[in-house]
Amino acid sequence: MLLNIDNLRVTFDTPDGEVNAVNGVSFQLDQRETLAIVGESGSGKSQTAFAMMGLLARNGKASGQVNFDGTDLLKLSPRQLNKVRSDQIGMIFQDPMTSLNPYIRISDQMAEVLTLHKGMSKKDALRDSIRMLDAVKIPDAANRIRSYPHEFSGGMRQRIMIAMSLLCRPRLLIADEPTTALDVTVQAQIMQLLADIRDDFGTAIILITHDLGVVAGFCDRTLVLYGGQIMEDGPTDPTFADPTHPYTRGLLRAVPRLDRTDDELLTIAGEPPDMSRLPQGCPFSARCDYVRNVCPNIPPELRTFDGNRRRACHVSREEVTA
Amino acid sequence: MTDPILSLRDLSVTFDIRPRGAWPWTKSLTLHAVSEMSFDLKPGECLGVVGESGSGKSTLARAIVGTVPSTSGQINFEGANLADMTPRQRRIHRRDVQMIFQDPLAALNPRMTVGEIIAEPLVTHEPGLGRADRKARVQEMMKRVGLLPNLINRYPHEFSGGQCQRIGIARALILRPKLLICDEPVSALDVSVQAQVVNLLRELQRDMGLSMIFIAHDLSVVKHISDRIVVMYLGRQMETASAEVITTRPEHPYTQALIASVPIPDPELERKRPRATLDGELPSPISPPSGCVFRTRCPKARPSCAEAVPPMIQTAPGHRVACPYHEAEDLLAASA
Repeated sequence: MLLNIDNLRVTFDTPDGEVNAVNGVSFQLDQRETLAIVGESGSGKSQTAFAMMGLLARNGKASGQVNFDGTDLLKLSPRQLNKVRSDQIGMIFQDPMTSLNPYIRISDQMAEVLTLHKGMSKKDALRDSIRMLDAVKIPDAANRIRSYPHEFSGGMRQRIMIAMSLLCRPRLLIADEPTTALDVTVQAQIMQLLADIRDDFGTAIILITHDLGVVAGFCDRTLVLYGGQIMEDGPTDPTFADPTHPYTRGLLRAVPRLDRTDDELLTIAGEPPDMSRLPQGCPFSARCDYVRNVCPNIPPELRTFDGNRRRACHVSREEVTA
Repeated sequence: MTDPILSLRDLSVTFDIRPRGAWPWTKSLTLHAVSEMSFDLKPGECLGVVGESGSGKSTLARAIVGTVPSTSGQINFEGANLADMTPRQRRIHRRDVQMIFQDPLAALNPRMTVGEIIAEPLVTHEPGLGRADRKARVQEMMKRVGLLPNLINRYPHEFSGGQCQRIGIARALILRPKLLICDEPVSALDVSVQAQVVNLLRELQRDMGLSMIFIAHDLSVVKHISDRIVVMYLGRQMETASAEVITTRPEHPYTQALIASVPIPDPELERKRPRATLDGELPSPISPPSGCVFRTRCPKARPSCAEAVPPMIQTAPGHRVACPYHEAEDLLAASA
């Protein structure tokens, strides 16, 4: 097992009181596995990743355990964490322009990673960087590496970010909405690239996204978050074919599909929850069609079924899927 | 056949770009945002416009509303050309054609209450209306779009993204326009809220007999709401057909690439679908490729494609394609 997250909680201290962004999330990830963390805005999907990587905003606090290959990342000093972040875990973000320094040439930004973390000479670092840009299919990499970030298109910048995060051959790559800012044809290119990388380098990938279509074509396992809690989790195929949580079902039905002609989209009534005023029990209870008296008061337990699937719901699986 | 409410004939919009630091006597560059677009919109119809960033779809919307002047060609709204309108006609045009925008919060003035925002078009276009009547119209409209009328004195920041988009819709519809132009109205919203807004727009369109132009990059959403779809690439029209035909029997290589790229939330189907991703990048609209603008990335490109802009060919009633090598292909079904 590569990663074992146990009861992760993230709280933010704000002028309006404490905001609970992630509330007791636990999951595991194997070597070479591809996991999707799916959720809408405010579901805590990005904060889960930020907490793992020690990237929370200053008013944020994480508790619980994040065991990566036996070490609890939450207990590491910033220095030790930096080592892990460079060698073992890579991360790419939604907007590549804000993750690249606009004043520094790509060559210097990429080579810095290798000279700093691997102690390479400048020349070797540059050679490896060019090789990595070739691997992510940047045309004419040897010349274009001297360019500045603004000289590349959005899709190319995301390729550069992916190349940079792979320089130290991490065992885990966290991709936080990597294609949300891109056009569909470019998105298809980037997802193809990530799939190639997974196959070539054997990197485990956590894909954080709101796009269920992207998940369907790419991930082994899907974890659905709502209000900072896991609603449902399991292998992608049965989770999409036979979702057992009212939220997962609602979400899948609300997505317009190109291959279907429905007269009306089924909607989930109401609005996403206010994270500073979550109910005691199930966060989805306010919008759920199957809501019972217990739902807003007692949190449902995340129970395992069918061997490797989990769901957190008071209502029986039979009733929800009927 | 009824007359179209809107008809575009060879509409082109270009912008003059002066590079920064250029000498006063250097020639400015021309950016071709929209080139030779022609289509008709029937009353009560919803026309979807799909294209990736830089395809000119937002410029097209602005030209129809009249906030961007057209360079050549005609925009005929109810038989009158926009460029020839008298100030009085223009005023009526501005009342009859309304628009909603992508970022719902940015489109609302943060210092105005919801009531003031929705009433503003009434103040401008129906100044004779009394205060009480105006308030009644606003509250009725709020109810119509699914907002509680007692929230009339709240400010935009107190609402969620989906609710702000409802406010934008209420403001656009309060004058009972004939044509509503939606520029990426749901792309900033979460999936569950997006479905609510799409359903609302459809319902309002049917009930009020609105004509609508729905612009978005998400083909799945556009297909869902539109009767007909126009596919744009680099300012030019590639293909036009009914929503059903465009998605199941696309004939233009670009439309086909677009459809092959749209992911479908069905793991089994996704694995079996043909994967033909486009190579390369969108060329610059300052110096678009000669002939067919798509030829630099087209899998079917031939030397002759560089010679002349391919004309729109009618391949079936209501189906027009700007490619001489068109061939229908179903990209949604699983390939064997």
